[in-house]
Amino acid sequence: MTRIAIVVFPGSNCEYDAANAMEQLGASAELVFHSQDALGDVDGVILPGGFAHGDYLRPGALARFSPIMGAIADYAAQGGPVLGICNGFQVLTEAGLLPGALQKNRGLTFLCQPTTLVVASTRSVLTRAARVGAELVVPINHFSGAYTCDDATHASLLANDQVVLRYRDNPNGSRDDIAGVSNVAGNVVGLMPHPERAMSTLLGSADGRVLLESFVGLGVAAR
Amino acid sequence: MNYSVLVEVTLRPGIADPEGATIERALPALGFHGVSQVRAGKLFRFSVDAASADEALATAQALAERLLSNPVIEDATARLEGSPEQ
Repeated sequence: MTRIAIVVFPGSNCEYDAANAMEQLGASAELVFHSQDALGDVDGVILPGGFAHGDYLRPGALARFSPIMGAIADYAAQGGPVLGICNGFQVLTEAGLLPGALQKNRGLTFLCQPTTLVVASTRSVLTRAARVGAELVVPINHFSGAYTCDDATHASLLANDQVVLRYRDNPNGSRDDIAGVSNVAGNVVGLMPHPERAMSTLLGSADGRVLLESFVGLGVAAR
Repeated sequence: MNYSVLVEVTLRPGIADPEGATIERALPALGFHGVSQVRAGKLFRFSVDAASADEALATAQALAERLLSNPVIEDATARLEGSPEQ
């Protein structure tokens, strides 16, 4: 069975949503507290949404120094799949595992609404079972979600096919409508929208499934 | 010696500052005209035990760059304030 570690920081609040989504997809979810310094034998790692360390200083600024982050950096360097959702994305950028930064939303309001995402690349672990150009309805729930990077970083994101998802209608002022990016290898991905909250049409959308199925390796030819 | 340090964290030039822009837009309604280039930032004040002013400043600058700011979007500047206490 596919085993996914879900990292819990003080202030994380989407860990059970993420675990439930993994279980719906037939994977097992294992909560790993941030003070641990090892991940164990897992097939992927999720950094869930929430407010790690209260978002004090900047979202993710303190979480990047948690003991578990060393193990996550090693796991990522070995090619292990790592997914940061919302606050998890902010933590990965602060830790330097993903390029760029997340700033306050351009309108300075907390946004909690469905958004339409457009798949920009299928090279990442989050989109390998999706189709470029596919539109997915997935909710956002954040105050600091405006993706920011300098021109050189933006050029390298485009050159290396690292833009994973874009907003169809940019809600927060993100540069180039970017909703999610990957590292160069494609095994580390971060996105502000919450695919784990789009698992069922009964709750508004099931479009998050294809993303999380990609992540746990469903619908993906053996590589 | 005990040195009192101020660290200013500001967004790098060219990085959008929606907070500063919002403050600037609010000023004319309050009767403040001719105010422009508003940029919002953060200020940190703390004490550092060090043998010299240079050492205190170096410590403050290092921690400002490692923790207090995100170098992707922010600049950090440390400076000493007042005179050191024994």
